[in-house]
Amino acid sequence: MNPVSYARAASVADALHMAGGQGARLLGGGTNLVDLMRKGVDTPSQLVDVTALPDGIDRAEDGGLIIGAAAGNSAVAAHPLVRSGYPMLARAILAGASAQVRNMATVGGNVMQRTRCLYFNDVAGARCNKRVPGSGCDAIGGFNRYHAILGGSDACIATHPSDMCVALAALDAQVYIAGPAGERTVPLVAFHRLPGERPDIETVLDPTEIVVAVTLPPSPFAARSAYRKVRDRASYAFALVSVAVGLTMREDRVDAISVAFGGIAPKPWRAAWIEDALRGASLSPSAIEKAFEAEFADATLLPGNGFKRGLAKRTLCAMLTELGGTAP
Amino acid sequence: MTKIQNAVIGSVRTVIGWVPAGWLPGGSPDPLIERRAAIGRQASRLDGPSKVAGEARFAAEVAVDNLSYAALVHSPITRGRIMRLDTGAAEAAPGVILVVTHRNMPRLGTLALIGMSDMSAVGNSDLPILQDAQVHYNGQVVAAVIAETQEQADHAVSLIMIDYTAEPAKTLFEEAKATARTPASVLIEKNHVTVGNAERELSRSAHIVDNVYRTPPHNHNAIELHTVTAMWEGDGLLVHDTTQMVAPSATALAKLFGLKREQVRVLSPFVGGGFGGKGMWDHQIVAVAVARMVGRPVRLTLSREGVYRMIGGRTPSEQRVAIGADAAGRFTALIHSGYSVMPPYGACPEQYTLGSRALYDAKSFEFLQRHVDLDIVPNTFMRAPGEAIGTFAVESAVDELAHAMGVNPLDLRMANIAERHPVSGTPFSQHALKQAFTDGAERFGWNRRSAEPGSRREGEWRIGMGCAAGSFPYARMPGANVRITLHGDGSATIACSAQEMGMGTATVQAQHAADRLGLPLEAIRFELGDSDLPASPMAGGSSQTASVAGAIIAAAEKLTGEMLRLAGNASPVAGLRAGEVRLADGGIASIADPSRHDSFESILARAARDDMTVTAAGSMPLEMFKFAMHSTSAVFCELRVSDVTGEVRVDRLLGSFDCGTILNPKTAASQFRGGMIMGLGLALTEETLFDGRSGRIMNASLADYHIPTHLDVPQIDVMWTDIPDPRSPLGARGIGEIGITGVGAAVANAVFNATGKRVRDLPITLDKLLPD
Repeated sequence: MNPVSYARAASVADALHMAGGQGARLLGGGTNLVDLMRKGVDTPSQLVDVTALPDGIDRAEDGGLIIGAAAGNSAVAAHPLVRSGYPMLARAILAGASAQVRNMATVGGNVMQRTRCLYFNDVAGARCNKRVPGSGCDAIGGFNRYHAILGGSDACIATHPSDMCVALAALDAQVYIAGPAGERTVPLVAFHRLPGERPDIETVLDPTEIVVAVTLPPSPFAARSAYRKVRDRASYAFALVSVAVGLTMREDRVDAISVAFGGIAPKPWRAAWIEDALRGASLSPSAIEKAFEAEFADATLLPGNGFKRGLAKRTLCAMLTELGGTAP
Repeated sequence: MTKIQNAVIGSVRTVIGWVPAGWLPGGSPDPLIERRAAIGRQASRLDGPSKVAGEARFAAEVAVDNLSYAALVHSPITRGRIMRLDTGAAEAAPGVILVVTHRNMPRLGTLALIGMSDMSAVGNSDLPILQDAQVHYNGQVVAAVIAETQEQADHAVSLIMIDYTAEPAKTLFEEAKATARTPASVLIEKNHVTVGNAERELSRSAHIVDNVYRTPPHNHNAIELHTVTAMWEGDGLLVHDTTQMVAPSATALAKLFGLKREQVRVLSPFVGGGFGGKGMWDHQIVAVAVARMVGRPVRLTLSREGVYRMIGGRTPSEQRVAIGADAAGRFTALIHSGYSVMPPYGACPEQYTLGSRALYDAKSFEFLQRHVDLDIVPNTFMRAPGEAIGTFAVESAVDELAHAMGVNPLDLRMANIAERHPVSGTPFSQHALKQAFTDGAERFGWNRRSAEPGSRREGEWRIGMGCAAGSFPYARMPGANVRITLHGDGSATIACSAQEMGMGTATVQAQHAADRLGLPLEAIRFELGDSDLPASPMAGGSSQTASVAGAIIAAAEKLTGEMLRLAGNASPVAGLRAGEVRLADGGIASIADPSRHDSFESILARAARDDMTVTAAGSMPLEMFKFAMHSTSAVFCELRVSDVTGEVRVDRLLGSFDCGTILNPKTAASQFRGGMIMGLGLALTEETLFDGRSGRIMNASLADYHIPTHLDVPQIDVMWTDIPDPRSPLGARGIGEIGITGVGAAVANAVFNATGKRVRDLPITLDKLLPD
């Protein structure tokens, strides 16, 4: 525990001004950051409360959606525009955490949340390259049932734990960023970094920047989409594997397709190989399997997480088969 | 704890072996079995309203003046020595009163370990506490901070710098098996038991199953954290604790701190869940010691992580079960052996073979437990220690045998359920496990089970049914005392140090006392949770209800004699002897002529007495030695397994119990259900992730250690035979632990029926059900 100052930002400009310093962290619902502070995993010297920043959920000019970073997860899941236009997103959010946590958690915080790797969280007893760069990774030879089979490195195999971000990845979400030099947008799938040699750097966000909104383009997938989260316990557990799928069909062939996985990679994993292989194809089991094998060709399987490859394949096959068969 | 039972049995079994049953104190059934009013009623908990209103004060909520707060430092290494200690920054931190390490901790002896011969022993570990630089296990307490606020104490803890030198540690179960010990006894039951030559019989059997089952370590997760508030008042010590052992704790603290027993008072009126984990651990000793050092009351509440690090849980086990059967399906051999952890400084031997000794007849038996020594926080008693995991192994094996033979597993059980204790030959006091199975199967719809595994489907889900038996021994502990005070207004106060862990002890004993004394329930007040009250034993081994009931019986007998004497010659009951009267309708009545009645009020008024008080101890529990006494269960489960993901979702659970008289259906049903939910966790999700490389628990939180959530818990049906046990007080046997017993196997057997996959390694997580 460390002494920490607390300030509440009244505007984006205000937040940018306050958040620029070393040791500052933005505080949304606190459902992750406060836990990390209690455990000593993160030791900020200044908290900037950003819950007063824009939290609207509004129709964008292009017919899509713009969601303020301070919007609550529960509010997003319950919003009529989300439920009608992006049902996959509502389902993903409701699959996560508990009602209490979702009520507190914000969209910006969800995007920025840290891994729940047991070794990352154990300051006193474990080595972690994400927490202390260069110290080593105890997860690779330890308990790694919740860890990555794609996109990991020798330094880190921790997964990004979000359900919401998996749906956002499948829906081509953009992260709207403000910084001292102005504003920019980054596709959500490019927002989180793979660990490589520097697992401590998790996103492309500069320390001086903040996430102010997430935007969604109009989605063709409202009629045929699904989010499925696989876990031993029916509630309050992170995904072993989760899959977000959106589909449009032209006669018996795939027209547009979007697939993203959670629980298998350090970031929400948009499955471009699978999409490319299936676009224009008919959804036969062999076609799905072949597409899957291309995506997962480089999977690194450990004793604790090797089952996820087959689990992801079975889950994807079942979802695509079911979605492909439903009337649009 | 059958430990206590066995301790007593060991000393008197041979002596009374020849005594006819009718001569024993338990020989003539308790008259209240036939004649009861409040007992057996659906009474709500007496403490319910105060808990709902937030008025009940738990140990962490007691208001105390001038209170200070403590926090603990746990060793992050597993074995080694503290080489350098820097407490300067912590001592200088705001609000810090004292930092305690092995350097300045008062020199103390060690606790006597629970069980064996000393009934007041409460130790889960007999390692020294903050006495030297040695670290014995990961999580051991190595320092404490006392500060003005909890936050200041928590902060200062983070400033203590300790350098250790690590030494090689024993952390790998598989490696340590090579040097496992074979104890002579398990809770003083003989450990290695052979009847006939089981291996030879097995090899000659027409049908054989012979497999190894594994269960992981578990941690205690009572909703109330362990917490203690200790204060010295002159030479006296007052401790607000949350404990399953009120009076024994006071005795042990007196011994450890060199006090007279009457100088120590332990208060624990409410316990927010015990399950075996709320015994004496290091934190109570530290709190008492530092309260004297700082001259102020000290409150020490463990964090949830702290509970994982320094309160032991259930040991992992590796169990071999082999069953042979002849062509007709009669068991010819039953072998149950294995390994579990018990460090030499621990107290709990996890008696997983004891349940198997009481369930089935067989031509031959062999039972043997071996103890693996690891450098870990000592494992302890956790709801049905032994039986919860032992029945997983043996009842999975019975299911496997039934499948191999192509018979209904229920029929195979019915054909082999014992009519007398199968190993000792002792008659059961009462035993209706077959009826529990028959009744349960009918209510559950067992006949709808498909014999062929994997043949029932609903969409992607495969549906299966499974059942299993459970057995848990009856125990009535010696050393239970109660005081009964009859007041001038005709009401009564019953007092003893007993423990209320939420199961309804006070409610049920008030119901009992009402019937025993012939008073309405509203006229009874029951006081407990205070070591200054007449001492009763720890709450453990599902024994407290029978133990306290036995003492109330003794005290009521004494009260009858005293009131008869006080009634004098002018009384309508004058001239009657104790054996010729009973307590009824608020007074004493002649059994032969109930119109001869004298009320307590008029007896006391005539004698110009405000009240009458008697104190008595329960009789020796001789019934346990003459009879085999076991609560039993038949558990049924229906579930579905996703063909896509391997996810298991339980749809229905039914427990059919044979536990003697059910004293209060409402509180009993809660006990059964709670135990069965705990069994779902054991079956499907609970597992302490003990990293063998470091000897450290990695999932020390409720986010990472998965107990069932509401969504995981289906409709649970409970039912019971309600056949009184003629050998126990009130006809009742224990119900606290039988609920979890058998659930693990019922789930595993249902998973097999659904999928054709046999999982012998708990928990049954989805990866174990995916195709290879």
